Amino acid sequence: MTRHIRRAAAFCALLLAALLVNAARVQVVRSEAYDGNPANRRAAIARYAQPRGDILVGGVPVTGSRDTGEQLRYERTYLDGPLYAPVTGFASQVYGTTFLEHSGDGVLSGSDPLLASFPLWDDVTRGRPAGGDVVTTLNPRAQRAAFEGLDGRKGAVAAVEPSTGRVLALVSSPSYDPAALSGNDARTERAWARLNGDPDRPMLNRAVRQTYPPGSTFKVVTAAAALDAGVITDLDAATDSPAPYRLPGTRTRLTNEGDGCEDAPLRDAFEWSCNTVFAKLGVDTGLAPMTRTAQAFGFNDLDVRIPFAVAPSTFDTSLDRAQLALSSIGQYNTRATPLQMAMVSAAVADGGQVRTPYLVERTTRRGGATVSTAGSRPSRQAMLPSTARRLRELMTDVVREGTGVNAAIPGAIVGGKTGTAQHGLGNAGIPYAWFVSWAQDVRDMEPRVAVAVVVEDGSARRGDITGGGMAAPIARAVMEAVLD
Amino acid sequence: MTRTGVGAGTTVVAADAPAPAAGLPRRRGVELALIVLAVLLSVYGYCAVGLAKLGAVPPGAAGYGAGLGVLALLAHLAVRWRAPCADPLLLPIAVLLNGIGLVLIYRLDLETPGDRASPTQLVWSTVGVGLFIVVVTVLGDHRVLQRYAYVCVVAALALLTLPVLFPPVNGARIWIRVAGFSIQPGEFAKVLLAVFFAAYLAANRTALTYAGRRIWRFTRMQLPTGRVLGPIVAIWLLSVGVLVLERDLGTSLLFFGLFVVMLYVATGRTGWIAVGLLLASLGAVAVGRLEPHVHSRVEDWLHPFASIDAGQGPNQLAQSLFSFAAGGMLGTGLGLGHSVLIGFAAKSDFILATAGEELGLAGLSALFLLYGLLVERGFRAGLSLRDPFGRLLAAGLASIVALQVFVIAGGVTGLIPLTGMAMPFLAQGGSSVVTNWAIVALLIRVSDSARRPYDRTRPEAHGDTGHGTHAEARDDAPPEARPRASDEGLGGGLGAEFGEGLGEARGGGADHTSPHTTSPHTSPHTSRRPG
Repeated sequence: MTRHIRRAAAFCALLLAALLVNAARVQVVRSEAYDGNPANRRAAIARYAQPRGDILVGGVPVTGSRDTGEQLRYERTYLDGPLYAPVTGFASQVYGTTFLEHSGDGVLSGSDPLLASFPLWDDVTRGRPAGGDVVTTLNPRAQRAAFEGLDGRKGAVAAVEPSTGRVLALVSSPSYDPAALSGNDARTERAWARLNGDPDRPMLNRAVRQTYPPGSTFKVVTAAAALDAGVITDLDAATDSPAPYRLPGTRTRLTNEGDGCEDAPLRDAFEWSCNTVFAKLGVDTGLAPMTRTAQAFGFNDLDVRIPFAVAPSTFDTSLDRAQLALSSIGQYNTRATPLQMAMVSAAVADGGQVRTPYLVERTTRRGGATVSTAGSRPSRQAMLPSTARRLRELMTDVVREGTGVNAAIPGAIVGGKTGTAQHGLGNAGIPYAWFVSWAQDVRDMEPRVAVAVVVEDGSARRGDITGGGMAAPIARAVMEAVLD
Repeated sequence: MTRTGVGAGTTVVAADAPAPAAGLPRRRGVELALIVLAVLLSVYGYCAVGLAKLGAVPPGAAGYGAGLGVLALLAHLAVRWRAPCADPLLLPIAVLLNGIGLVLIYRLDLETPGDRASPTQLVWSTVGVGLFIVVVTVLGDHRVLQRYAYVCVVAALALLTLPVLFPPVNGARIWIRVAGFSIQPGEFAKVLLAVFFAAYLAANRTALTYAGRRIWRFTRMQLPTGRVLGPIVAIWLLSVGVLVLERDLGTSLLFFGLFVVMLYVATGRTGWIAVGLLLASLGAVAVGRLEPHVHSRVEDWLHPFASIDAGQGPNQLAQSLFSFAAGGMLGTGLGLGHSVLIGFAAKSDFILATAGEELGLAGLSALFLLYGLLVERGFRAGLSLRDPFGRLLAAGLASIVALQVFVIAGGVTGLIPLTGMAMPFLAQGGSSVVTNWAIVALLIRVSDSARRPYDRTRPEAHGDTGHGTHAEARDDAPPEARPRASDEGLGGGLGAEFGEGLGEARGGGADHTSPHTTSPHTSPHTSRRPG
């Protein structure tokens, strides 16, 4: 019997060994696969176990965290949610993250390896670094001025600092409160359904994710191309441009809103936004130089990130002459985001340099120690400095005595360009009112702000929609906020 | 056991009677020290949970420590008084496992505010330790139990069939509810059955080993006669019946496994194992096909993530695997895991997942090794004993623990299909804790006999405990062959009584002769061989 007891004991030892081997298999060999299983809630629990880092505007957090005491413990809160929604995006336990909440998620949630002070030690203790902060380049006063200027009308504002590319304001209207999407209960679900079903599309970030035909504001680009190509040498010399202008190869006749555009010199044509002059100017300049200049400004760049992706602005590169004529006045297939048009304006203000725009100044650990900074960023020469100088002149004339007088600021040099972009089938849509501008205090060495404003207002009478009337005052408010 | 022949009349020679463990140190001091360590470890775990979950030492820490300490101390005193030679490791392991179980249940209680199980578990642990003390104190000699073999089996059958009269809980009819407490009678039944198996097999093992008709003319395979085969088939039917009526795969598996192991130990016939496995697989296939509850368990085991792929979220087994994986090598630390995601049965069937997640592979291995040590100590007691009943009982009790640990731990870690069974001492469940304390009490009692010096009143007995005696002993000659003083009163009388009681009158109860009778050197079994 002894032998059989021993064998039975050996059998039990075998069972024990099987348990140990299997435990090692599950806990070590297969553990990564199990940890990474999407149905495993642990990653989400760990993610929400600590308060999320904050997004700072002007040194003040515009976000916060709320302890719900639930399994996914901390929920995102927002101060001035609608005001900053196009920048922060939302951080939802159900629907993920967008915009800065998304691109800065590693830092904000504490999972970014840069946050770990002693990586190996953190592995041993299984500690997770506290969420860090994302410091934005936004100017809170400019942001608020833009938001209040739009006043709930559909539209967007983008403002950048010409000398650096820092984004000073990024507003989309109508907006929404991202706090409504933070949690994971039925209310969150209802808010999600409501926001997605809203015909006004409040979650659309019109400043960077929506492209519009830029209309007459694109004439800045056309003028730059023409001046750079030497098609125009004297701003005040009469151009050979008929009014109306028959588009080359077609019977379509292009007209102007006002009179006096026939053979108008560039200065006058820019001031009064003569379609005929600029359409012909584009054709005279040619497709290649036009394309080159547009792309130097940032059109057709598929990979603009600030750090979240910006919808590419487009300038069609295969056009016949009639299409080129239309494209040169910001119609046909030419489309731009408000941020792109702010970059165009900034390039004029900054001697022809296009600075890569950016929205994150730096990221820090909780407590303020810097993790990363924006650093030096690439810039491109979009036009000759002399061309930029002349365009500055043209743009200041627009504000001083042209279509953009509504943007004038006492004690500051302001340049601008209005635009009224037609769109829709047979141009049946309500036109978009544009205004791009830059401003420089008389005491400043260089321009401090470049702004692009677009307003798509369905409630206004068609005839009242002009860039100068609807968009310029908003741009002025933003510029004043920055200059103050 | 060395078998020299199988035919009738062949003398069985076996020289495997154990070397007598004369004068083993008692080591009660070691036991006390280990118990103190076990209690301190448990209190440490309790505090660790509190610090992790509440940020402070839990208010009940002192009371908890004192409660567990007093229980352990009382058990220790009982052992000191009534079983002074018992194995000093058994009690500390039980205390530690029970303590860890209470910590884990308390830890899960903190996550489930509506369901507090740890106070109840502490009450049941007290009952369990009480039963332990009663068994150790009252049961002077394990051989007394032989007398009650048939009482045991009747009681076991009654306990097993009782829940059929009650409504099923979570698909299994294994609970009865009395005065707010739910009891799982099947838990108690397994100890009673082990006692019965040990007594029955000790009495019939020769018949089971050598009996029989040949199945086929030219094979060596033999079947025992119907009289001895009957109970085996009955046990098999009982297991299947439990499975079908109560939908309790675990209990039925345990009963059958226990029986096969004990049958093998008793007879040494691998043929029995083959028959057992054949019957088991027949039963398993039939039940697996016909019984949806069991069938789904097997499906879950084969495809633990099927429900995730189907978009229904992870099932319990998947959650359990996630828990173990989250623990990794060192675990998340007590109180810092999320095994509560398992949901239902996290404190009972799946309690090991909490251990795996929060103590890691290191802690889990330590737990397994504790169980391994407990089982090994049980088998060791069996090896050192001389009476077949005691040896079988020790092996059976050890096997119960081993099988139970393997079946449930293998189930929750995805090694084998999941069966509803309780991790000894760890899992929430009163019946289970009480039963396991009873098992440890019996092992203490058995090991006390095994480690007790034979006869301190007769010095020559000590001289005989060497190889001389060893050579003389034939095939597990009954211990009464070398009588000892302590057995004279109680044990001797019982042996005689058992001979009549178990109906071994035919063979004269040669295995259980009175202490003063010297065992014949020829095998006593020849006289009882049927046919």
